[in-house]
Amino acid sequence: MKWNSAAEFFAMGGYAPYVWGSLSVTLIALVVEVALLSRRRKRSISKLPEKSDFERKNNESST
Amino acid sequence: MINWFKYSTPSTFYPLAGRLAPWFMLAAIAIGSLGLYIGFFLAPTDAQQGEGYRIIFLHVPVSWMSMFIYLVMAFWAAVGLAFNSRLSAMMARALAPTGAMFTFLSLWTGALWGKPMWGTWWVWDARLTSELILLFLYIGIMALQSAIENARRADKAGALLTLVGVVNIPIIYFSVEWWNTLHQGASVSLTRAPSMATIMLVAMLLVSLAAWMYTISVALIRARCIILERERHSTWVHRLNEKKP
Repeated sequence: MKWNSAAEFFAMGGYAPYVWGSLSVTLIALVVEVALLSRRRKRSISKLPEKSDFERKNNESST
Repeated sequence: MINWFKYSTPSTFYPLAGRLAPWFMLAAIAIGSLGLYIGFFLAPTDAQQGEGYRIIFLHVPVSWMSMFIYLVMAFWAAVGLAFNSRLSAMMARALAPTGAMFTFLSLWTGALWGKPMWGTWWVWDARLTSELILLFLYIGIMALQSAIENARRADKAGALLTLVGVVNIPIIYFSVEWWNTLHQGASVSLTRAPSMATIMLVAMLLVSLAAWMYTISVALIRARCIILERERHSTWVHRLNEKKP
């Protein structure tokens, strides 16, 4: 461990806004992408045809 | 030998991708945490840039990914055009949003690194400008695909634009050698020893590996969404029983 205190770590030798601005936006972007993706998955599942509809349609076309 | 063609149809790929995606995400979180721990807690202060250099542990991995994802996307686009296979076009489309995100992060972390070190957020030099063009390419490809109603035609148009845009990748990569840029040369190269301390290199490579694992996981999940959206009326999707009654 190279840091003597938490304050020293967060100060980043005076570069705090740049270093933490990079890390925070990177992590936020990853979390947002995963959240949007899980919403897309839920949405694409909800748009699947209903079981009963699918079976009726298939029976109609096969008879 | 693995029968690759077996996994090249959506119906066999879908369950396989579903099983693999969580493991890649777990690997990404574990390796990424380790890499950032080494980079932020163990790596020493840089002689020239003080603690500000630590942005490298984010900037280099996201910039590499922004270019690699484009190459992988171009590979799938080419396979899709050559063999007219459904799944390769879907893979190409599944990668584009993540590629755009990493390109944005490359520009963002670059700006935050440029300000304290060069005294400017942005400069129109070859490296930065070509990376900005990469972002426009990703956005252009996604916009083109979503503007075309027919999915297979959208795939083809997007694949063509992807392949035309691939010329930009060597321009980005070699821009620091071909032109006088404010951006520094490559920190890591295949032809010579790295110009950085081993511990810094280890942290950077671990975060890069994590970015790969993350991208694979997210692309697999997105490809599954695309499959469900496009093939929802097929019998095999119906048999998956994803929609619980």
